[in-house]
Amino acid sequence: MRPLARRIASLRVTRASRLSTPSALGLVPALTLLAMLGPVCAGLAWTVLPAFGYLPAAQFSALSLDPLRTLLDWPGLSAATRLSVTTGLLATALSLGIVVLILAGWYGTGAFRLLERLLSPLLSVPHAATAFGFAFLIAPSGWLSRLASPLTGWDRPPDLLIVQDPWGLTLTAGLVAKEVPFLLLMALAALGQTDARRRMRVAQALGYGRISGWLKTVFPAVYAQIRLPVYVVLAYSMSVVDVAMILGPSTPAPLSVQIVHWMGDPDLTRRLTAAAAALLQGALVLAALVLWRGSEAAVARLGIVWIERGSRGHALDPVLRPAGLGLGLLAAFAVLAGLAGLAVWSFAGFWAFPDALPQTFDMRSWSRHLPGILSASVTTALIAGFATALALILVLGCLESEYRSGRSLNRRGLWLIYLPLLVPQTAFLPGLQTLLLSLGADRAIWAVVLAHLVFVLPYVFLSLGDPWRAWDRRNGTVAAALGTSPWGVLWRVRLPMLLRPILTTAAVAFAVSVGQYLPTLLVGGGRVPTLTTEAVALASGGDRRAIGVYGVAQTLAVLGPFILALALPALVYRNRRGLHG
Amino acid sequence: MAEALILHDIRITRGGAPLLRIDHSIAPGAVLTVMGPSGVGKSTLLSYVAGTLAPEFEASGMVCLGSTDITALPPARRRIGILFQDDLLFPHLSVGANLAFGLRAGGSVAFRRDRIAMALADIELEGYGDRDPATLSGGQKARVALMRMLLSEPRALLLDEAFSGLDVSLRRQIRTLVFDRARKMALPVLMVTHDPEDAAAAGGAVEHLTAVGQGL
Repeated sequence: MRPLARRIASLRVTRASRLSTPSALGLVPALTLLAMLGPVCAGLAWTVLPAFGYLPAAQFSALSLDPLRTLLDWPGLSAATRLSVTTGLLATALSLGIVVLILAGWYGTGAFRLLERLLSPLLSVPHAATAFGFAFLIAPSGWLSRLASPLTGWDRPPDLLIVQDPWGLTLTAGLVAKEVPFLLLMALAALGQTDARRRMRVAQALGYGRISGWLKTVFPAVYAQIRLPVYVVLAYSMSVVDVAMILGPSTPAPLSVQIVHWMGDPDLTRRLTAAAAALLQGALVLAALVLWRGSEAAVARLGIVWIERGSRGHALDPVLRPAGLGLGLLAAFAVLAGLAGLAVWSFAGFWAFPDALPQTFDMRSWSRHLPGILSASVTTALIAGFATALALILVLGCLESEYRSGRSLNRRGLWLIYLPLLVPQTAFLPGLQTLLLSLGADRAIWAVVLAHLVFVLPYVFLSLGDPWRAWDRRNGTVAAALGTSPWGVLWRVRLPMLLRPILTTAAVAFAVSVGQYLPTLLVGGGRVPTLTTEAVALASGGDRRAIGVYGVAQTLAVLGPFILALALPALVYRNRRGLHG
Repeated sequence: MAEALILHDIRITRGGAPLLRIDHSIAPGAVLTVMGPSGVGKSTLLSYVAGTLAPEFEASGMVCLGSTDITALPPARRRIGILFQDDLLFPHLSVGANLAFGLRAGGSVAFRRDRIAMALADIELEGYGDRDPATLSGGQKARVALMRMLLSEPRALLLDEAFSGLDVSLRRQIRTLVFDRARKMALPVLMVTHDPEDAAAAGGAVEHLTAVGQGL
């Protein structure tokens, strides 16, 4: 074809497609990016400046290295730093290892489906509730030692420092129990995009054992897909605050917790120290990510050597398969029994030590805390509702604009989506609070909603993207051929057909918002009490009944929307078999 | 009233590489069958005519209904009906609502209800209005999909392997039904298929697409 004719032809195609793409929709991706990355960038900037002594809102306007010096003089620094690094690396490696063992040993079996069913709902339970439950389980006066007392003869709680141990092992274990469901679900989604079954059939036909065959043929493809989620787990585990306040050591506390303490200090120079520490936290996470990335290459090289040796690895299966199943069940059990423990404590009357159950059950704790629960629930639901609605509108707008323009998300776009989850919260939220403080907008509920939006948006993208793109485009072609406009196709065909994934996504978004601790605390200036901030605030007091009540309320606040998300489509489409895949 | 579907010197390329070219006029009530091996761009041609060409393709030429150039119109305003291999009945709507979705807007509620009831009777599915489309048989679904398309009063008809999903006896029956209706309504039909029997049943002109070489 002649170049000119081709150019004219392509012009015509552009013109025709532009007719159907209103410009307002084209702005949504930019707006979404701004909502997701704007607060992160602004927060980082306002972390860097105070870290070097610049905080005009508090009359510090001379650049200096004093904040960094103060931080370096803090005696707890090396222990806090070490805790952050070891907890993060260990929790990530263990979670990934358990998920790999479960998938390698059991994918496609009945036991796997059982594990999947046990673990998936746990994903949405707020971290704080899980951590409290876990603490109730393993504390010296917890359920496990009560159950063991007939064997050990304990008649009072053993004098052991289990929870808040100085090495952060309990903290690590608590994080693992919570991250295994997350990585498992991410890996399952990734497995759907690899031809795992055929790879395994080939490997087994060549005489490979189940685990070694899976590790050698399927794992590389799966890991390439879950690399970003693994990084998220690493960044999160290194910088988590709420779980660390509950399960981590306190003297010294992990770096992230110390940052929050400094941020809350009435002495404003402490904010400068907090900013310097936040900077250090960011650098630590970056260094750990680089280290992890480097280890990936090393593991890959070792893996090649292992593959080339050609060992069939039959000896692995009898050891590693039970280990994987056992660890997976243990993770599920730790969370489930912990939640049961919260519920029992919330209704407990008198409960003496070695007794496995309280002597009496009553509603006293619930009635005592009901006013607080109700007002915190309203705030929680308001914030979560707005954040969910905004996130859904933005993401649906992005996906629809992607669909109409025919350009799909590339790898760089995926990185952008994961970015808010990779930058540690403790690195940019203190800066965001400082910024809002100088704007006089701290303590505002809308600021909290926008801060939650940063963390809700990525999950909405991840949860809705696949079902949205899996929708058969020919439905849209048919509807358009019947005379339906692009907006008509969206409202009358696509959204109704995708009602179920949209509602599930809304429930995920709601759960993410309900579970947020640090953004609520810092951006709300401590004046926006939600179920999660109230629950974590109880951690130091040790009132188990109150903690039980708030933990149960937190769990119900996320489970409720999920039940609705399952029930509503089943009800609305009860006579529509084609929508019950 | 009825007009020809004119494919005027259409050339489709992908990233500059030629994919296909066609120049043909389909008279009202006539069928043009386009055949060729898979991957040759048959469905791409249909998506160009329907107005839903993916952005990785470039196209030149004109699509006209009679003397009207519809090349630049958005799909929703072209009034070109399309049937795919799958029925693609909207799973969230009842059979009747699917037909109502197709029926051109306008008219009173009672008129539209009667029209749907008549349409159902027309395809021997009286009283099926409230049924879930997922509970219909393959032949019933195909008939509803055809009727939904016809109710939108299209001016031309595209068939994208429309009969490939049906088993042999059903296939003959639905094919006859579709061609009869198209002839009765004097619709020009552009059919893409890999089955010579479809082409024979259509009885019209047959265009064989072959992979276009670099020489063009």
